[in-house]
Amino acid sequence: MSDLLLSIRDLHVAYGKVQAVNGVSIDVPRGEIVTVIGANGAGKTTLLNAAMGILPARGAITFEGANILRRPVEDRVGSGMTLVPERRELFATMPVEDNLMLGGFLVSASERNEQIEQVYTRFPRLKERRRQLAGTLSGGERQMLAMGRALMAKPRLLMLDEPSLGLAPLIVADIFSIIRDLRSAGVSILLVEQNARAALRLADHAYVMELGEITMSGKASDLAADPKIVETYLGIAAH
Amino acid sequence: MDSTILLFLVQDGVTNGALYGLLGVATVLVFAVTRIIFVPQGEFVTYGALTLALLDTGRVPGTVWLLLGFGLVAFVIELWMSRHELDARRIGKEALAKIVLPCLIVAATFWLAPMKLPPWANLLLALAIVAPMGPYLYTIAFRPVAEASVLTLFIVAIGVHLSMQGLGLLFFGAEGLRATPLSSTSLPVGPLVITGQTLSIYALTLVSMAALTFFFNKPLFGKALRATAINRLGARLVGIRTSLSGSIAFVLAAIIGALTGALTAPMTTIYYDTGFIIGLKGFIAAIIGSLASYPLTVVAALVVGIAEAFASFFASQFKEVIVFTLIIPVLIWLSLSSHHVEEEE
Ligand SMILES: Nc1ncnc2c1ncn2[C@@H]1O[C@H](COP(=O)(O)OP(=O)(O)OP(=O)(O)O)[C@@H](O)[C@H]1O
Ligand SMILES: [Mg+2]
Repeated sequence: MSDLLLSIRDLHVAYGKVQAVNGVSIDVPRGEIVTVIGANGAGKTTLLNAAMGILPARGAITFEGANILRRPVEDRVGSGMTLVPERRELFATMPVEDNLMLGGFLVSASERNEQIEQVYTRFPRLKERRRQLAGTLSGGERQMLAMGRALMAKPRLLMLDEPSLGLAPLIVADIFSIIRDLRSAGVSILLVEQNARAALRLADHAYVMELGEITMSGKASDLAADPKIVETYLGIAAH
Repeated sequence: MDSTILLFLVQDGVTNGALYGLLGVATVLVFAVTRIIFVPQGEFVTYGALTLALLDTGRVPGTVWLLLGFGLVAFVIELWMSRHELDARRIGKEALAKIVLPCLIVAATFWLAPMKLPPWANLLLALAIVAPMGPYLYTIAFRPVAEASVLTLFIVAIGVHLSMQGLGLLFFGAEGLRATPLSSTSLPVGPLVITGQTLSIYALTLVSMAALTFFFNKPLFGKALRATAINRLGARLVGIRTSLSGSIAFVLAAIIGALTGALTAPMTTIYYDTGFIIGLKGFIAAIIGSLASYPLTVVAALVVGIAEAFASFFASQFKEVIVFTLIIPVLIWLSLSSHHVEEEE
């Protein structure tokens, strides 16, 4: 088996007549963090949603060597990929603990109990609030819950859509360090971010997306040093 | 009014209330999984009752053709909706569930109906005919708009009610029917006589209430069904098959409805629209239970049943008015005391 966990080739996704993703190819090697950065409306969320199976797409998607293009979302979860979507999609009127347990819906009861302890160790805040309704959590707590719920499925690939969205810098640093820990624990990560600076610092490999196409790609550290990237995505603060 | 009359009225009210409670419980169940305010719940009562009554007389009920038709339409819609995920295995599975299964049930009915089976066997056959209609109906009418707002789903439900009632008239005609009782046991309690029929109604209501309360709150699978209604996309992202959740809710609702019908049919003459009136009272009970609590729904249904019994004794021409007016103070109280968590988009 190749060391590619996820491989996307020539992917096309359209909303009606509007083409949102146009011939995108992306690889996520095992054990790496791969990031996709790009401006608002570039098509990053569309790309992740198609990879997860929420949106129908044309092209090729292979996960662990198997073609999953026509597999429904639920099958993809079962085969080891999960998505933390941009809007989190929590079960608002259920307690934190039920949200987490449902995250492990497809794993065995013993794995579920094991996994929830790990999630509580990683996010002690969630353990304190395990009886609170998810809909009443703060933004940062909701993000932790969304990640915790995704981890309950014991994914080999975790796809994150803007995990830093709307969070204070201190919490962003927390979340990013957890992502780094996850990589050490053997979870591969596909990360979509607005916060290009932090994403490039964290990732092994990076892609730049513009208007539905990949315009640049390379080692994250190389891209972080590229003058064009510095100017467009890292902004004045880099000068 | 002496105490014997009082007792009779209470018994009558409790029996009807238990039937309303069953339907109310089914309404809460469907809402908890799909967010659909399922107005046509009473149509399953009619279908179940008339199917059973016709089987009792040795005839093949028209519902078999409905079953075939629903299955076929559901098959086509299913394939269309999953066109991006189709393969031979999936098509085969759908054909089995939506074409082969109804064909087998129809064949069995043609074979068994003329034999005039005992009442319990006819009951099972009637359930087999009506139960699959629940999931087919879900696929036909609700799956394509599953993400829509509660209001849209409600309007679709009213449409489904009207068409199911129309189809009922078409397939059963306007004449009323009665079925033979399942049990002829009866035991005298003071001045009252409690029949096996009413006892099975009480038991069924209590068991459904307790079982559903447990099922939706304790095991993870029950929570998963509720999660489907709370956030459909979230549910899919953790691996819950949301269309399966809906089908499970609808098959349970159809079974509860058909059973209610089968238990009512020996006690009163059922016409093509009788189920709707019974269902409406169950619906009131479900609303009083805030579409959330099974025990509260059953209690409310008993109140509705008893109120109805007294109303028909003291002011029979205002019976329905009195019963349906009950809901107004409750709605006012609910709207004043509600602090519900906003429905997430
Ligand atoms: N449901 C939809 N219907 C029509 N167009 C859509 C829909 N969702 C997204 N789009 C369009 O597709 C394009 C890509 O959107 P997408 O959400 O993938 O961008 P993004 O890169 O994630 O942006 P952001 O950084 O703001 O989240 C945008 O032009 C958007 O307006
Ligand atoms: Mg986005």
